[in-house]
Amino acid sequence: METTINETENQFFSNKKKGVDIKGKLVVGITQVAVLLIIAILFIILGIIIYEGREKFSWEFITSFPTDGMTKGGIFPALIGTFILVVVMSIAAVPFGTITAIYLTEYAKENSKIAAAVRFSVRTLAVVPSIIFGLFGLGFFIQFMGTGMDKAFNGGELHWGQPNILWASLTMSLLTLPVIIVSVEEALKTIPRELREASLALGATKWQTIKNVVFPGSISGIMTGTILAVSRGAGEVAPILFTGAAYYLATLPKSLSDQFMNLGYHIYIMSTQSSDVEKTMPIQFATTLVLLILTLSLNLVAVIIRSRIRRRAK
Amino acid sequence: MKNIKIEVKDLSLYYGEKKALKEISLEIPRNKVTALIGPSGCGKSTFLRCINRMNDLIPDVKITGQMLVEGIDIYDKNVDVVNIRKKIGMVFQKSNPFPKSIYENIAYGPKINGIKAKNELDEIVETSLRQAAIWDEVKDRLGDSAMGLSGGQQQRLCIARTLAVSPDIILMDEPASALDPISTSKIEELVHELKEQYTIIIVTHNMQQAARTSDYTAFFYLGELIEIGKTNAIFTKPEQKQTEDYITGRFG
Repeated sequence: METTINETENQFFSNKKKGVDIKGKLVVGITQVAVLLIIAILFIILGIIIYEGREKFSWEFITSFPTDGMTKGGIFPALIGTFILVVVMSIAAVPFGTITAIYLTEYAKENSKIAAAVRFSVRTLAVVPSIIFGLFGLGFFIQFMGTGMDKAFNGGELHWGQPNILWASLTMSLLTLPVIIVSVEEALKTIPRELREASLALGATKWQTIKNVVFPGSISGIMTGTILAVSRGAGEVAPILFTGAAYYLATLPKSLSDQFMNLGYHIYIMSTQSSDVEKTMPIQFATTLVLLILTLSLNLVAVIIRSRIRRRAK
Repeated sequence: MKNIKIEVKDLSLYYGEKKALKEISLEIPRNKVTALIGPSGCGKSTFLRCINRMNDLIPDVKITGQMLVEGIDIYDKNVDVVNIRKKIGMVFQKSNPFPKSIYENIAYGPKINGIKAKNELDEIVETSLRQAAIWDEVKDRLGDSAMGLSGGQQQRLCIARTLAVSPDIILMDEPASALDPISTSKIEELVHELKEQYTIIIVTHNMQQAARTSDYTAFFYLGELIEIGKTNAIFTKPEQKQTEDYITGRFG
């Protein structure tokens, strides 16, 4: 039965004509409010930090030592300590994580129990609360390995069996290992199977294929993973609480067996245990600002590299 | 026997429980082009990949029977599969150049084999690119990325890459199916020239291509070898009805 033009019009346009699609608009509205709220919170936090820390935030602040019971001066040793921490951490975690990722992607068979166990461990490690890493570091690295080394090499004299930058870095490397493994794995997976086949079809061994075709393709993943790991390592405090961070040191750490100062730890100490919390407020904010700039920019770089990897995968 | 390069005896292949190749027996003549034809899923590509043991890479695959190359069963336990692939090269359906320079792509194989001297490598690169009829097009940009070449050029690059390791046998799995007609005819010309030096086995779903380029043709259907013979004979006077049906287009 043919309908008249009017009837068809009514049928096609009925929703719009009747008025607003209430439910639809409501959902969109709530989502918009939520997004704005999140952005607003972020900007408020950033705004407060920048505002409160602006008077102290300067080149001098970054390059000088704290003075007068930490109520004046700068955060240079904390910056250096954080830097050494992430470097040693990366030296430990990046090769280890890369090799693990290569194993999982290239060597492990589909139903291999070992691979399943490794994957499970990596996922679990990623969600362990960071304070647990700190306790592990204390118990395993300091009390077991450290005192063990002292007994073996120093005749029992206390040298390695106490908190220092080496143990703190190793503890931190355990924390960031999952990040590296996942990033490298992600990059390895973007290498198409056809490239491996081409290499093997030319008479290359599996190892030669990995070295010449797969590994070069994983470099961007290694970079992303390292940057993310460094960003995390620079900001986490719980793992270094009892494994090496110090409240105040007059000099920079000279060897791996020294303790060190740290940006995140510095903020914690000053906001809870300094002699005059009110007076050190600007310093706290300025330190927070430095740490934020550090971690945010590292994350930004990692995001950019990662999006390049994804684009290549297409 | 001197004219036979590969002898296959009752070769069967299982993907788990499924039998994909059923007791294939045939002979591949030396320095000729043998085409493998058949409808989709008939096993011709699977069979091709058995020749250079690329199916070893797939988990759950079991292969029985014998594949004798110059009298030696390549599936023998003591055989090093890596060496086999140096003698039996493969060109894939979709060209797969490495994301490296043109030069590095060709030099990849020789370098793997331990050739380090630059002048030796230079020579191999040039010879291979000439043999693949692409030297003139790329000689001035050997350092450019191979990914910047057109589809047809990339495929000829892959052929040059295969030639660089001096194989005896070249396997081609539908090498021109992703290419335009002009590139396709270039590849077919290439195949014709290469057979003087190499034994070539080419899988194709394009019957006219098989008729044009090959000396011998083998028709596969549902995992079985139905018929193999001189190309002329297969296409004008096939012995099996199934072959005739396929060639005349009664089923595809």
